[in-house]
Amino acid sequence: MKRRDFLKNTLASSTLVGLGGLSLSSFDTLKTKKLTILHTNDVHSHIDAFPVNHPKYPGMGGVVQRAKLIEQIKKENSNVLLLDAGDSFQGTPYYNYYGGELEFKLMSKLGYEATTIGNHEFDNGIDGLASQMQHAKFQILSANYDFKNTIMHPFVKPYQIFMKDGIKVGVFGLGVELAGLVDKKMYKETVYLDPVETSTEMVRILKKVEKCDLVICLSHLGYSYNNEPNKICDLKLAELTQDIDLIIGGHTHTFIDKPVIAKNAIDKEVLINQVGCFGINLGRVDFYFDNDSSIVANGKSILV
Amino acid sequence: MRNLKNKINFIKHLTVFTFLFLLLLGCKTSYHNYKVEGKQIPIVNLQEDHSTLDAFIAPYRSHINKDLDSILAYCPETLDKSKGEWQTNIGNFMADVCMKESNIIFEKRYGKSIDICILNHGGIRSIIPKGNVTTRTAFEVMPFENNMVVLALKGKTVREIVNYLLVEKKPHPLSGMELILDKQLQIKSISIQNQLLEDDKTYYVATSDYLANGGDNMVFFKENIRFFDLEYKIRNLLIDYFKKVDTLEISTKPRIIVE
Repeated sequence: MKRRDFLKNTLASSTLVGLGGLSLSSFDTLKTKKLTILHTNDVHSHIDAFPVNHPKYPGMGGVVQRAKLIEQIKKENSNVLLLDAGDSFQGTPYYNYYGGELEFKLMSKLGYEATTIGNHEFDNGIDGLASQMQHAKFQILSANYDFKNTIMHPFVKPYQIFMKDGIKVGVFGLGVELAGLVDKKMYKETVYLDPVETSTEMVRILKKVEKCDLVICLSHLGYSYNNEPNKICDLKLAELTQDIDLIIGGHTHTFIDKPVIAKNAIDKEVLINQVGCFGINLGRVDFYFDNDSSIVANGKSILV
Repeated sequence: MRNLKNKINFIKHLTVFTFLFLLLLGCKTSYHNYKVEGKQIPIVNLQEDHSTLDAFIAPYRSHINKDLDSILAYCPETLDKSKGEWQTNIGNFMADVCMKESNIIFEKRYGKSIDICILNHGGIRSIIPKGNVTTRTAFEVMPFENNMVVLALKGKTVREIVNYLLVEKKPHPLSGMELILDKQLQIKSISIQNQLLEDDKTYYVATSDYLANGGDNMVFFKENIRFFDLEYKIRNLLIDYFKKVDTLEISTKPRIIVE
């Protein structure tokens, strides 16, 4: 159905150009561009691959294999943005021994450009997290944790805009409610703000003011909670907001074979993806763009 | 006349070109997303090695392995949580060690002694095999980051702990308490540190912060009259104990006795 819409739109646009007789093509301005988003979540210090005799994930994951896969994709696609949705800390002795140093150093080497903050990032306290920031060559994004009275304040931005071959990509981060999940003495004066209100403000800035071509939310809210229908999650966030193109999720360690297409508050499509946990999968979403302004409608085809 | 016509023509062209130019500008600043493709790629079977990255990780890995595998003590028998109805050898061991080691800190900091230690059966994540004990053993038995805490509870709340144990019928690690039951599992006596339980007396109960916060439905801990966080990770407590002794001390003394 969506594909048909797209074809219709394309047809309409070419007719328009023909009628106008303005011969845009002679100016060589019709361009198509592709942006590849690669993402992980809840890697939980799984720096080494699982052993080949592991009952659940034989030979899967590990930073070396992940680097190889990213390298292969980057060879074929020059325009790549590598992101993470939090909880890169805690899960193997690498974290207990080095407090996240190796996790951050390796993410920097792999070329991550941004991540958000998961609840386990506080496992050595907010001071433990701050002490590792020197090893992070990527941006930490969180729009709904107010760090202004904490040591993390200088290291965190609510959003960041990435220019990718002329495509303007706005990325913002969201974290899960800390009270009841993380000890207060760990997160100290961090203030949790409502994710929906925060997102509404973020998309206003990113879409209306900054006029981003694409808006991505890095979310550690969790995919959905069957037993807690009122708890905010990625599915609800998608429904209650607009102008978000992609939600990259985490926290619930949800394996959803392929991205989910949800409808937002104004009935447009939002893509939600989460790739389980422990670095055994890499999420990939390719966005294709053109600059044909004669396409007025918003029809787009989503192939998952 | 002709000049005017030319001028009008020129203006006409200029308008068209300006329009086109503006259109072009518009095109350049805005991209429209017309297609999306998404998928999940399993990270597996990527044969080629990435030796520089692996070489970067190697020293971290070897340091951890060396540390985890260095021998700290000896375990004279296999400790296993699956053997025992009301208590297990590993449960006795865990509760005794946690009580003893926590008490050293508690006495020093607060000048009081711990009376009881209770942990949860589910929190023991591995056996301790007969043979050498290493730091890795502590990580396997206790992979979580839980701290030891001490709660001041009234005797009547301690009675709720006993009721919980009788309802659960699980060999939860227990130390400092002796419970005698008849064949119908009715309570005959509850002794704390070899003295009968008194409802109005205050007892100091050591447990993990996970359980103190209501984990495993141990809701009675909410009735505490004082809360002391020892800020001592159970795993570190075990490692410190392993370093201190040559051979693990394992008590066979039953804590729950059915007569």
